Amino acid sequence: MTELFGVPIAVLSGQVMIGLINGSFYALLSLGLAIIFGLLNVINFAHGAFYMLGAFVSWGLLTYGGVGYWPSLVLTPLIVGALGAVFERTMLRRLYGLDHLFSLLLTFGLALALEGIFRWVYGAGGKSYPVPASLQGVYNLGFMVLPIYRAWVIVASLVVCLLAWVVIEKTPLGARLRAATENPKLVTAFGINVPLMLTLTYAAGVGLAGLAGVMAAPIYQVSPNMGSSLIIIVFAVVVIGGMGSIMGSIVTGLMLGVLESLTKVFFPTASAITVFIVMILVLLMRPAGLFGKDK
Amino acid sequence: MVETRLQVEALEGWYGESHVLHGASFTVRRGEVVTLLGRNGAGKTSTMRALAGIMRKRKGRAVFDGNELLTTPPHRVARLGLGFVPEERGIFSSLTVRENLMLPPVVRSGGWSIQDIHELFPNLKGRDTTIGTRLSGGEQQMLAMARILRTGCDFILLDEPTEGLAPVIVEHIGHALVKLKEKGITVLLVEQNLNFARSVADRHYVMEQGRIIDEIDNGSLSSHMDKLNRYLGI
Amino acid sequence: MAHRYRDFRPELMSAPWRYSLLVLAIAVALLAPLAVYPLFLVKVLCFMLFAAALNLVLGFAGLLSLGHAAFFGGAAYAFAQSAKIWGWPFELSLLFGVVAGGALGFVFGLIAIRRQGIYFTMITLALAQMVYFLAIQAPFTGGEDGIQNVPRGTLLGLLDLRDTNTLYYVVLVIVVACLLLIRRTVHSPFGHILGAIRENETRVTSLGLNVSRYKLLAFTLSAALSGLAGALKASAFQLATLNDVSWHISGEVVLMVLIGGIGTLWGPLFGAIFVVMIGHVLATSGLPVSLVVGVVFMACVMLFRRGFYGETIDYLRRNLIRSTNAAGNSGH
Repeated sequence: MTELFGVPIAVLSGQVMIGLINGSFYALLSLGLAIIFGLLNVINFAHGAFYMLGAFVSWGLLTYGGVGYWPSLVLTPLIVGALGAVFERTMLRRLYGLDHLFSLLLTFGLALALEGIFRWVYGAGGKSYPVPASLQGVYNLGFMVLPIYRAWVIVASLVVCLLAWVVIEKTPLGARLRAATENPKLVTAFGINVPLMLTLTYAAGVGLAGLAGVMAAPIYQVSPNMGSSLIIIVFAVVVIGGMGSIMGSIVTGLMLGVLESLTKVFFPTASAITVFIVMILVLLMRPAGLFGKDK
Repeated sequence: MVETRLQVEALEGWYGESHVLHGASFTVRRGEVVTLLGRNGAGKTSTMRALAGIMRKRKGRAVFDGNELLTTPPHRVARLGLGFVPEERGIFSSLTVRENLMLPPVVRSGGWSIQDIHELFPNLKGRDTTIGTRLSGGEQQMLAMARILRTGCDFILLDEPTEGLAPVIVEHIGHALVKLKEKGITVLLVEQNLNFARSVADRHYVMEQGRIIDEIDNGSLSSHMDKLNRYLGI
Repeated sequence: MAHRYRDFRPELMSAPWRYSLLVLAIAVALLAPLAVYPLFLVKVLCFMLFAAALNLVLGFAGLLSLGHAAFFGGAAYAFAQSAKIWGWPFELSLLFGVVAGGALGFVFGLIAIRRQGIYFTMITLALAQMVYFLAIQAPFTGGEDGIQNVPRGTLLGLLDLRDTNTLYYVVLVIVVACLLLIRRTVHSPFGHILGAIRENETRVTSLGLNVSRYKLLAFTLSAALSGLAGALKASAFQLATLNDVSWHISGEVVLMVLIGGIGTLWGPLFGAIFVVMIGHVLATSGLPVSLVVGVVFMACVMLFRRGFYGETIDYLRRNLIRSTNAAGNSGH
């Protein structure tokens, strides 16, 4: 058997893999969005910009500092997370008591500004980032050829997502996070420094976006607008999945990535809008989202 | 003279724009169980919330072991040894019993071990993985007290522990309170149930419209019943 | 005490002041083409209408839409298509643009109103992005090039709109009429219900009013007016492009409202002037618009959330209270 629904297996499995890669990024980003939203009640519009920042930081580390992919995988999320922490401390924090609208608009402004800065300095064109030597080459699986780097991205993102899930659902730190999401004042009265927790949570959330940026750099072009085009799709993913559940974000992200890719095989022109169509259908049938807990 | 642990002077407090505490003054000494009595809306729970740092807009003084509570950052209040058991218990629905129990950080040595806790509240034994809010009301109350005892706090703000509980559970909670007292823990208690209050407390303060209007010693309570009934509108 | 506040909304300026300002505004509007390139003024007018239309939902119903570019840009395509390909007259094409914007708004509204708050915002953004992708792929939009050389035609066969001065005055009349309509809407019972929904949605529901219907109506009206703005812009520049449907435009129009003053009638007009001018000044500087717009956005949210106009009004109001207090004190 070499064909399924009249499509060669190799093409189909190739598309599934592209879908899983896109889905991994959707999952990583929507996971961070959900964590930040859960605790801070802020929709971090700048999430895509931090992802773009991650890609540029790792490109910059390589280009200007000769720092390779592997150290960058650790350094970049830390740098991006630290920048996020500074932003939270100096600006975002002042808006917590106000209408949600303002924190959304602030992060929206930050997204525009970051994108603008990089476009100003580096132009709109993309920079390429080489696949690290240790991950070059392909696996021949018989029915398809699988580039090692892509396999690595899927596995690594899944591991990171699951780790995040374990930390939040199964550790004392996660218990504090969940408790603070429910009742921050009581958690404060227990002697836990909630404002610090908010900063670290924001840093961790955007750090995840930065990590996604590092992993994306060798696959997509490193360009100023890579974040904004992604984040809008991720918002749709978040609307579909609902932000109540961490696992929900991960599963929805992967699922939609694959679905979008498969659409490309069967209805090429509809591929770009697949996620939005699914969003509309879900809103019509189950307004709270697939895993939503909110009203 | 027994050492004063908490001295509250002219405490005022606001929920947003509404002024709910109008200059409450009282003291709690080491090892005492002191209750705040009063009608609904008299400001008892607000007093607790103001002391615990949950109510942020406050004026006046509240000195606890020599520290001014009103200028202490809210997350440092517990570190002074002041534990808070809120009204409605404040058990987290996204945490298991175990996680609820382990949530508040230990603030000083001398906290109760899990064994001590299970001895005092056998109902909590073997329930570690149950979701916190799946426990019965009485068990949730025990959990709320247990998690504070574990931290080593030796001054507990206990807000309406018997609210909505069956008499046999109330008795159990009363028994536990006596145990706490024996161990030298100081308790500021808000209570509607007068019988319960008189069975555990040393002194009572009566609140009305955000102020303390009277103080009654537990020993002389029976001779003041008429007055007290009038205060409480019974 | 009470006699100081005869009205709930004390006039912030004396009547002569207000009338002089109004006369001044009218004079500036009428004489502006003498000093400024008329096509630039038309652009400002279009964005004034667009911002005021967005403000109808953002300021007066509390719905933050980040998808209004779809109505603006969608109507621009509709205008261009009907005026150029089908050869419809100006008025009819304009109407078609309004209908297209309104219809899109109705559909967006039906879907997005199922969720509240930030979800509403994310849904409008996602739907607009879908329209953007459709515009890239659809055969009639001309892809990256857009629809170019759209004829302006004449108004009712009488006024030749190829003359930019004529065009300016026609657009001025249309935009002012729409602004008056918005003003009328805001002060109508319908507008008051929208305000109540913004303040406390549950309470309005408990009064037995169908909140979703009011939101949907407001959203559709706002979209139709945004569509008119987009169609006018397409007629003036004889062009409909992808840029008009992009999320950057949705963001810029939100900034216009924010910077002028959310929920004020005059604020978005000033905001529109300001943001269009930023774009104009930066066009030759090489500095990306999004960088400056983003920074202005952040500054605005951090420093003056009520916007230029909102903060000014607030200042005048405090002044007024101070002076009435002073007058009251000296009188006793």
